[in-house]
Amino acid sequence: MFTAIKKGRLLTGLVAVGAVVALAGCASGDPLDTSSTSGGDAAEGGAIVIGSQAYYSNEIIAEIYAQALEANDIEVERQFNIGQRDAYLPALESGEVQLFPEYTGNLLQYYDPETTAKTSDDVYSALAGALPEGLEVLDQAPATDQDSYNVTKEFSESNGVTSLSDLASVTTPLTLGGNSELQTRPYGPEGLLATYGVTVGFTPIEDSGGPLTLQALKDNQVQLVNIYSADPNIAAAGLVTLEDPEGLFLASNVVPLINTDAATPEVSDVINKVSAALTAEDLVELNSQSQNDQESADTIAKNWLEKVALF
Amino acid sequence: MNLLLDGIAWILDPANQTGPSGWFARLGEQLAYTFGAVAIAALIAVPLGYLVGHTGRGRDIAVSLSGGFRALPSLGVLILLGLGLGIGFKAPLLTFVVLAVPPILAGAYAGFEAVDRRTIDAARAVGMTESQVIRKVEVPLGLPLLIGGLRSAVLQVVATATLAAYVSGGALGAFIFAGVATRDYAQTLGASILVTTLALVLEGIFALLQKLVVPRGVVAKELKDVRARSSRTRAVMGTPIREGK
Repeated sequence: MFTAIKKGRLLTGLVAVGAVVALAGCASGDPLDTSSTSGGDAAEGGAIVIGSQAYYSNEIIAEIYAQALEANDIEVERQFNIGQRDAYLPALESGEVQLFPEYTGNLLQYYDPETTAKTSDDVYSALAGALPEGLEVLDQAPATDQDSYNVTKEFSESNGVTSLSDLASVTTPLTLGGNSELQTRPYGPEGLLATYGVTVGFTPIEDSGGPLTLQALKDNQVQLVNIYSADPNIAAAGLVTLEDPEGLFLASNVVPLINTDAATPEVSDVINKVSAALTAEDLVELNSQSQNDQESADTIAKNWLEKVALF
Repeated sequence: MNLLLDGIAWILDPANQTGPSGWFARLGEQLAYTFGAVAIAALIAVPLGYLVGHTGRGRDIAVSLSGGFRALPSLGVLILLGLGLGIGFKAPLLTFVVLAVPPILAGAYAGFEAVDRRTIDAARAVGMTESQVIRKVEVPLGLPLLIGGLRSAVLQVVATATLAAYVSGGALGAFIFAGVATRDYAQTLGASILVTTLALVLEGIFALLQKLVVPRGVVAKELKDVRARSSRTRAVMGTPIREGK
């Protein structure tokens, strides 16, 4: 039974507890308080929010980050399948999402479209300078997932083409197939002409090097297609990836993009170990398990972490 | 508001209008898909719908078939057909035919079904042959509903024809895909405004057409009908369609 006085006391008590909680929150959130023990938000109970693109391979990597952190008793929250950079980069900057698997070359081009960096290391160091305040990248992985131009085996053999520079000597007209944005990208038809002196037509196919693109290549409606280098279909369909001696494409390694507030030593340490172990072959294999064996990102991530036995 | 102005500026920019990838040409492709697909769908669905409506046989099949086809996701159909037919205009055209058949089929048989049975009996009683009953009674009286079916088919196809660009089929969707991918939102919005305007214009034309095709006898009868209604039901000539009022 509550009397009026008891009710009053209860209320006072609630307010007091609320105030203490609120003040505690202020203390741990104090931006000046960086010297205290190792903890940011994550170590003190706030879960790290991990995001991923709406791209199956990216989601697998995000799931690997999540399970690796969980294995080290760091709480995570998954916010996967967030469409494009326009949508998720602002969320990362604001801290709604804190950790995101990214690709060095493409991310650098997003922030600095005029960049001249080409090699893996150049791109990585240029990227560190190009990121806005509040964002940083951890170590990049050896695994790459970048644009690449591919032809069929028959085309490669009958025209003696194994590199983009060989294309200039091909006499039949060439058509390049890929997403429509490729037409205006620096490595698109204009880049091919400027770098290798190759003139190509362009046919937009909007499935990012998926089955429609492969079919168009087999039907010879296009002779050259843009497929991400970690796509298992390149090997499965027996395609030949043309070499890029002049560096038309930016190297694009898998890299964890993280909000500075969430980049505690514990988190960075775990994710850097994961990155160091993620090789190019591994990434193709992970993608293949998703594409060909229809495994879930959850299972694929678990199996890979067991295989590399980091934790 | 600024973005909207950017979209309109994109439409008005002569650089975006002419040439094989200007919006004049893309708009033409959008219209070609729309009328091509609806025409092919009408060739299939109108005779079928009339057959079902006239005989009353196979009605259940027609209803469930047209309902089921409506549930098909267009993008899925497009990709599936694209894998079989290759990139280009064939797969989108066929997809839009599949999209346009159900409303036309429904309009055709519903038009026949809506004709009062007593009207048809009367037509037979005055000695009309079966084909005269169809040509002189059922077709004209069912026309408003058929046009209604065509109208919704056209509306669906003109809006969905933007998907054609996914498999390199051109039309206004090409601007939308390219605009989203390159963050050129003026282009995306400009093309969207064009699609919307095109849909509204076609909708207006069909609404007018639908009014015009109501047989004169039916309209005249209704206009004259100013007396108080008796409580008994009387034989009436069909049911005029008052859609859009």
